[in-house]
Amino acid sequence: MFGDYSLSDLGAIFAMQGFAGLILFSVFLLMALGLAIIFGQMGVINMAHGEFMILGAYVTWLTSNFFQAHLPALFGGYFFVAMVLAFFASGALGMLVEWGLIRHLYKRPLDTLLATWGLSLILQQCYRSIFGAREVGVDLPQWMLGSFQVTDAIQIPINGVFVMVLTILITCAVAYILYWSRWGRQVRAVVQNRVMAGAVGINTEKVDRYTFALGCGVAGVAGSAFTMIGSTGPTSGQLYIVDTFLVVVFGGAASLLGTIASAFTISQAQSTLEFFLSGSMAKVITLLAIVGILMLRPQGLFALKVRK
Amino acid sequence: MLQISGLHVAYGQSEVLHGLDVAVAPGEIVAIMGRNGMGKTTLMKSLMGIVPTKSGSVRMDGTEVSGLRSWERVAHGLAYVPQGRMIFSTMTVEENIETGLVASGDKAVSDDIYELFPVLLEMKKRRGGNLSGGQQQQLAIARALATKPKVLLLDEPTEGIQPSIIREMARTLKRIRDERALSIVVSEQVLSFALDVADRVLVIENGEIIRDDARAGINEAEIAKHLSI
Ligand SMILES: Nc1ncnc2c1ncn2[C@@H]1O[C@H](COP(=O)(O)OP(=O)(O)OP(=O)(O)O)[C@@H](O)[C@H]1O
Ligand SMILES: [Mg+2]
Repeated sequence: MFGDYSLSDLGAIFAMQGFAGLILFSVFLLMALGLAIIFGQMGVINMAHGEFMILGAYVTWLTSNFFQAHLPALFGGYFFVAMVLAFFASGALGMLVEWGLIRHLYKRPLDTLLATWGLSLILQQCYRSIFGAREVGVDLPQWMLGSFQVTDAIQIPINGVFVMVLTILITCAVAYILYWSRWGRQVRAVVQNRVMAGAVGINTEKVDRYTFALGCGVAGVAGSAFTMIGSTGPTSGQLYIVDTFLVVVFGGAASLLGTIASAFTISQAQSTLEFFLSGSMAKVITLLAIVGILMLRPQGLFALKVRK
Repeated sequence: MLQISGLHVAYGQSEVLHGLDVAVAPGEIVAIMGRNGMGKTTLMKSLMGIVPTKSGSVRMDGTEVSGLRSWERVAHGLAYVPQGRMIFSTMTVEENIETGLVASGDKAVSDDIYELFPVLLEMKKRRGGNLSGGQQQQLAIARALATKPKVLLLDEPTEGIQPSIIREMARTLKRIRDERALSIVVSEQVLSFALDVADRVLVIENGEIIRDDARAGINEAEIAKHLSI
């Protein structure tokens, strides 16, 4: 498949596709981060995670519409506002879901799987009723549309770089919260041993609720980024949940560095292969490679070494 | 300080504790002796709210705590060093101790905890899981002390620890009691340790307290009889 291209062409193609994959990387990373936080914290596999992302996407769309209609002068900055709103909207919904549904099912992991799957269907129908079945897209502000011309053959899309920088900042913030803040210490204690965490005085229920909300909020931000590479419809989230699971498993659950590395690898592999092959073929090859690697390294790319 | 009365605890249908009555005075060290499977751990867990209470009452300073969650009981002054230590193995020694600060509201670990356990100061940045068993035991006690408890519960602290260290632990526990004026309830199978450390020795058998002797004038042979199989 590489036969028809010269070496310098190939280099340019890889670079271009690599940068084109930046937004996909951002979406994967944020989604996986949210999913991993929730799974690591309470052992809940959130099947509705994609719908939390789509809520963020809809919020971004609404914000962009609002700015277009009422504050056209500030349209260039709508994305920042949208991200913050997306975070809080998805986070608030997450908190509500944890309180109303998840916390009653902590001792029944299989039931949480079913319950969150049911929730994803309910949310999809809600989106359909509220926003309509048609997919919606946002207009990007002018300054995000162009690209940096690096060489004749290589262009870097501005919005890709922008979203990636924001994603890295968010990832750093999450890392800070989990590894260096007092709150994060409580979260990690609960993850390690819920019963013992309670017995040293940590309010595990509160930790659960806020952690679930954090994971969902980060998914909402992923939704904001998502509006730049796809149009938003009631079921758009479904397409991403499987990829996100892959990222988490491949990276090795409970390892932030692993999640980053794996989101990067998978998004880049997909984006690069898509140039040469059809989208579904690219997926198949990525999947096969991951399965192969996981057979050799079942614990994922990164795993903590410590005596249990 | 701590008042347990008519405490019944069951796992599902099978009742393990059949109405315990124990009162612990301020500053008192009480040892609860008993063979394997007699209900020592169950008692500790039910005091901490890890295993639900079937009936009866547990009072801290007169406040009923038997319906409360674990962390609420910690806020009322109970602290727990479980059998098997249960330290947070991927967190550093320092972070392990800091988990106890949530309950006390302190900003940093106070120096007197490290004074009590100098090893922990040396190993501050090591992961808890990489400590030896004896060091983990000290860490578990330090973590419990960080919550500023009024009653410290220890479940078989001597398990898997060599005799010379056991004697040192008895000294440490008494020092903790003297310096912090707290009460200590410790479950034990090693009689010499209990006699070393306790003001009062209880014997639990099949979920009931069958002996309650003050340390002075205790009949060792009588108690030893209940501990041998
Ligand atoms: N989770 C559980 N479910 C059912 N029964 C239990 C459970 N845990 C303990 N038991 C039973 O309760 C009884 C008391 O157990 P417990 O762990 O309190 O004993 P122990 O005095 O702490 O023993 P050891 O000295 O071996 O630690 C035992 O008969 C045990 O089989
Ligand atoms: Mg026990």
